[in-house]
Amino acid sequence: MDHAERAAAAAALLAAYRDGHPVEPLSEKYSDLTLDDAYEIQLLQIQQRLAAGASVKGHKVGLTSVAMQRQLGVDQPDFGHLLDDMFHLENMPIPVGHYLQPRIEPEVAIVLKRALHGPGVTAAEAAAAVDFVLPALEVIDSRIRDWKIGLLDTVADNASSGGVVLGSRPTPLGAVDLRLAGCTLHVRGELVATGAGGAVLGSPLNALVWLANTLGARGVGLEAGHVVLPGSVTAAVPVQPGDSVTATFAGLGSVTARFAPAAEELSS
Amino acid sequence: MAGWDVQRAASAVLDAESSRTDRVPLTDEWPELDGRLDLAYAVQDELLGRKLAAGQVRTGVKLGLTARAKQRQMNVTSPLTGFLTDAMVLPAGEPVPQDELIHPRVEPEIVFVLGRPLRGPGVTAATALAAVERVHGGIEVIDSRYRDFRFTLADVVADNASSARFVLGPVGRRPEDLDLALEACLLEVDGVVVDSATGAAVQGHPAQALALAANTLGARGITLEPGWLVLTGGLTPAVTIEPGTTVAAHFTSLGTVHLSGG
Repeated sequence: MDHAERAAAAAALLAAYRDGHPVEPLSEKYSDLTLDDAYEIQLLQIQQRLAAGASVKGHKVGLTSVAMQRQLGVDQPDFGHLLDDMFHLENMPIPVGHYLQPRIEPEVAIVLKRALHGPGVTAAEAAAAVDFVLPALEVIDSRIRDWKIGLLDTVADNASSGGVVLGSRPTPLGAVDLRLAGCTLHVRGELVATGAGGAVLGSPLNALVWLANTLGARGVGLEAGHVVLPGSVTAAVPVQPGDSVTATFAGLGSVTARFAPAAEELSS
Repeated sequence: MAGWDVQRAASAVLDAESSRTDRVPLTDEWPELDGRLDLAYAVQDELLGRKLAAGQVRTGVKLGLTARAKQRQMNVTSPLTGFLTDAMVLPAGEPVPQDELIHPRVEPEIVFVLGRPLRGPGVTAATALAAVERVHGGIEVIDSRYRDFRFTLADVVADNASSARFVLGPVGRRPEDLDLALEACLLEVDGVVVDSATGAAVQGHPAQALALAANTLGARGITLEPGWLVLTGGLTPAVTIEPGTTVAAHFTSLGTVHLSGG
C-alpha cells in the first residue's frame, strides 16, 4: 500500500466514528495490506485525534485468548491506543449510540508507576513497573461492518477499541495471583460468562511484557500513569441500551458499566 | 427390532461400554423413550443395580447439564444426575485408560465430599453447602456410549450421564474457607491455556447445583449419604484427551490436578 491508500483507509475509519456507518473490511478492499500497513493506518488516525486535542492514556492488548487467536487464525496478540475521551466513569450512563456495535469484556487494568521501554523487557521488570491493578470493563467496538474482521482489519481499527470503565479500588500486584483470579460477568443481573486471569496469554502480566516489547520495537514506550488493558478474561458480550454490566474479580472487587437507556425508552 | 424394555436398554448401554463400541442413541431404536426422563432413570437404576451386583460400591453422584445456557437450550431447569462407583476412581498419577474407553473427553469440576446426609425436597444452596465437609478440584473423564456424543436428554440419562472416570485433586478445603462462585479454574492442554471459568458457571454456584440435585433425587426416594462424593458438573465445555496429550486444571485455592491422556 502506498501512503495515499493508507491515508484513505484511515480517513474512512475516522468517518465511520463520526457518521456511525461501518466500512467494509479493509483486507477485502486492499489485497496487499500488511501488518505494518495496518498499524500505520491505526497510527494515522491516532495522530489526527491527538492533533484535535486528545491525549494518549495507555494501550490495550487484544487477541490474547487462544479461542480468539484460533478464530482469527493468528498466533499473536495486537495492540491499540487508549485516548482520554475513551474513559467513562463507573456508574455514569454511557451513551450506546456513541458506538456502532458495542461489546463488553472484563479485564484487569494494569496501571504503571514507571515507564517501560522495550525491547528486552522481562516479566520481572514489567512486574516492578506496575503501580497497581484495577477491575475494568472494556467496551470494544468495530468500525468494520458486522465485526467481519481479520487480524489486519482489527489492527487498522485501533484493535477494535471503544471505551474503558475503571473500578475505583487499587490493588497491589502482589496481593493477588492474577493468573488464578476468578471473574464473573453479569449483564442486567444475569451471569453471562466466567473466567480466570490466566485466560489472557497465561497471565495478564505476559500481555504487559508483550506490549512493552512490541511497542519498543516501534520506538514507542509505556509511560508512568499509563493504563494497560491486557485482554479479556471471557468472550466478549454484546451490550444494549439500558444494560448494566458488572465484572467481579476475586481479590480485586467489582466494576460496573451502565449504558444509557435508548431514547425511545426515555420518552415512553 | 425388539420392543422397549428397561432390561434390554440397560444391556445395550452396558454392551457398548464393555465392548468399547459406540452405538446409535437408544431413542433412535425406541422412540417411546424420547422425552421420558422417568424411563431413562429406570434404565440408569438398572445399570447401577447390575454394577452393584457385580461387586462395585456406590460412592456418590455426578451432576450433568449444570450450565444455565445449556439448560435453556435443552428446556430443563435442574441438573441431570448419574451415579458414581469405586470402579470410576482414577488414582492420581494414573493416565486415562484409553483401552477401556471409547472416545474420552475431560472437564474440570469442583467436587464435594458430604459430611451429612442430604435429602430433598426443600434443600437450598445454603443447607446443601452446610452438608459439605470438604471441597476438592477434580477432572472428570466422560465417555458417551453414543456415536459422536449425539444424544437426547433421555439417552444421556440412560447412559449414566456419560460417566466414565474421575480423578480428585490433592487439596481438600472446608467450604466456609472458599468463595466458590469466584473459585477459578484454568484449563491447560499440553501447557496451553484453552479455557477458564469459575464455580459460578455451575448453576450459578456449585451448592445450588447440589441443592437442585438433592431435591430431584429426593423425589426419586434417594438420600445423598455422608462420605459420598458429588461431582458438581463441568466448569468448562469438555475437551478431547488423546493419547500423548496432558491436561492440567489449575484451581485458585484447590490446587492443580494433572491428567495424562496415556
